[in-house]
Amino acid sequence: MNKFRTLTAVAAPFPQRNVDTDFIIRVERCTGTPKEQLGSYAFEMARFLPGGAENPEFVLNQPRYRGAGILVCGEFFGTGSAREMAVWAIAGMGIRCLIAPSFGQIFFGNCFQNGVLPIVLTSSIVDDLMKQASQQDAKPFTVDLEAQTINGSMRFEIAPRRKRMLLEGLDEIDMTLALEAKIAAFQAADRARRPWIYPA
Amino acid sequence: MKTLFAKIWDQHVVEDWGDGVQLLHVDRHLMYELSGHRGQLELRKRGLGMRNPELTIGTMDHVVSTAPGARGGNAPWADRMIDTFRVESKAAGVKVYDIGQDGQGIVHVVGPELGFTLPGVTLLCGDSHTCTHGALGALAWGIGSSELTHVLATQTIVQHKPKTMRVQFNGEPARGVSAKDLILALIGKIGTAGGVGYAVEYAGDAIRDLDMEGRMTVCNLSIELGAKVGMIAPDRKTYDYLKGRRHAPVGARWDQALAHWQTLPSDADARFDREHTIDCATLAPQVTWGTSPEDVIGVDGIIPGNKPEALAYMGLMAGRPIAGTKVDRVFIGSCTNSRLPDLRAAAAIVRGRKAAKHVKAWVVPGSWRVKQDAEAEGLHQVFLDAGFEWREAGCSMCVGANGDLVEPLARCVSTSNRNFAGRQGPQARTHLASPAMAAAAAIAGEIADVRSFSI
Repeated sequence: MNKFRTLTAVAAPFPQRNVDTDFIIRVERCTGTPKEQLGSYAFEMARFLPGGAENPEFVLNQPRYRGAGILVCGEFFGTGSAREMAVWAIAGMGIRCLIAPSFGQIFFGNCFQNGVLPIVLTSSIVDDLMKQASQQDAKPFTVDLEAQTINGSMRFEIAPRRKRMLLEGLDEIDMTLALEAKIAAFQAADRARRPWIYPA
Repeated sequence: MKTLFAKIWDQHVVEDWGDGVQLLHVDRHLMYELSGHRGQLELRKRGLGMRNPELTIGTMDHVVSTAPGARGGNAPWADRMIDTFRVESKAAGVKVYDIGQDGQGIVHVVGPELGFTLPGVTLLCGDSHTCTHGALGALAWGIGSSELTHVLATQTIVQHKPKTMRVQFNGEPARGVSAKDLILALIGKIGTAGGVGYAVEYAGDAIRDLDMEGRMTVCNLSIELGAKVGMIAPDRKTYDYLKGRRHAPVGARWDQALAHWQTLPSDADARFDREHTIDCATLAPQVTWGTSPEDVIGVDGIIPGNKPEALAYMGLMAGRPIAGTKVDRVFIGSCTNSRLPDLRAAAAIVRGRKAAKHVKAWVVPGSWRVKQDAEAEGLHQVFLDAGFEWREAGCSMCVGANGDLVEPLARCVSTSNRNFAGRQGPQARTHLASPAMAAAAAIAGEIADVRSFSI
């Protein structure tokens, strides 16, 4: 997994509430589209006009937000389905950090599996960041994961294990495989305690 | 003084890293073609095998064709995906309930139906509506592709422990008010983000009075409340439902299991981090008007004006009654409402009546078994006589992964779980409601109050 240490990038305002994963990536893109190509289809219902041309009003099509690496989002971003393709699509557009008052919980977990940092802050702080990102002369934001700050002063919280995984680019499957002895011991004890769990 | 949630959680801890982060054992894993085959291919790419294939079962639901008589995907890519899943599952030693077999169907319908879902287990599946299985007193939630691969490889999951919420549903619902209405009313009250960070337990007389299928409907919409986990304490109804099902324990194992299950309900003095109550006696049948499940009112209500964008998408005017809104499509199905009692409730409204001429109405049973049982009762004939289509089991028009879509700008009353913009097809307009309300809309040709129908 890609490490995440610091990120300095254009931040785009995305104030819509309840952005669902169906909106982020349509289901027909989840059936066979290769992971590397999903970025081309992120937000496609809003990003493209019915004929296929870019919608100039969509925020990430506007020249100053093209290539944004950070999205400042409305409440409950990533609600809905478990499809990890939503994170792959966002990451495929080059977005590595999302800031919102709350996130869909499965989407939130999926971000950490893909080197994307979702930051939860209060609504009023997110509103302030949204205003900053919306200004004509907006400067890029800097997110420092080690220091847990945005633009040097705004502090955010993150679970310590998740922080370490992002900083070091760790793979959760590899980490758990190293615990095989503990898993085996759990199952051995559990078989005695709850035999009906395990087919005879 | 422990909650149902905490009891089950604590019994599954393999490793504890502190800060509420733990490695949990996964007792049960459900797979289906769409998310399952990706995990299988990723596992193969990593050169890993499945750790406990005997704790996983699979079925086909998302991309199968539900056209009457169909026995496969609806496109070459779907057939290829189904075949990949079949081949990989066989190679790994996973039992698959395949198309045309007893046991095939929507993964959240067949898990309980087969007795694979049990009280007290941790159960995961690569689908957000895995919370459905909490209806049997399981600790169940949906996972993404990476976590799915993690489960295949290690039979465990890394989790951050959520807080707990209890919702008491008190009072007796009026005739025509179903499980779907109870949970939609809760979502309307606390919002789709109201459950973020919580594992929710549903309690109260109105929950105890529901049949198991109704409890599944309630738990199914937990994710629409923002909660990954929703659960109901197991009781006599749960045990009676499970006994004799294909994967349920038998003999001495049943007795041991039952003794364990009876220890699971939350203790009387258990403390929850948050509590809500819903008065069911005053509820009207619910219907959504916007593009989020929280955009919901009673069918006798007036369309509110607080979300103009949602109303523009839905083609509705604020200040008008929701009842009387003309509909084009009706979809009775999905992991929310496609079980036998759901079809009975819809058929009771439809019996002896005809669908309005301009409405295209579908019934998609949740599983092969539901379809057989419904046909044995003659329910299919009730629907067919009224001009409905009676289709094969699958997810169908809830998510449209198989191409079952609502046309652009068409309005559909749907018993499914998500009314998101574009969910049932680009520009499709979805109104979520109960099976009886969907049936009433098909007959009336517009959104109608099911309480005005005699049965």
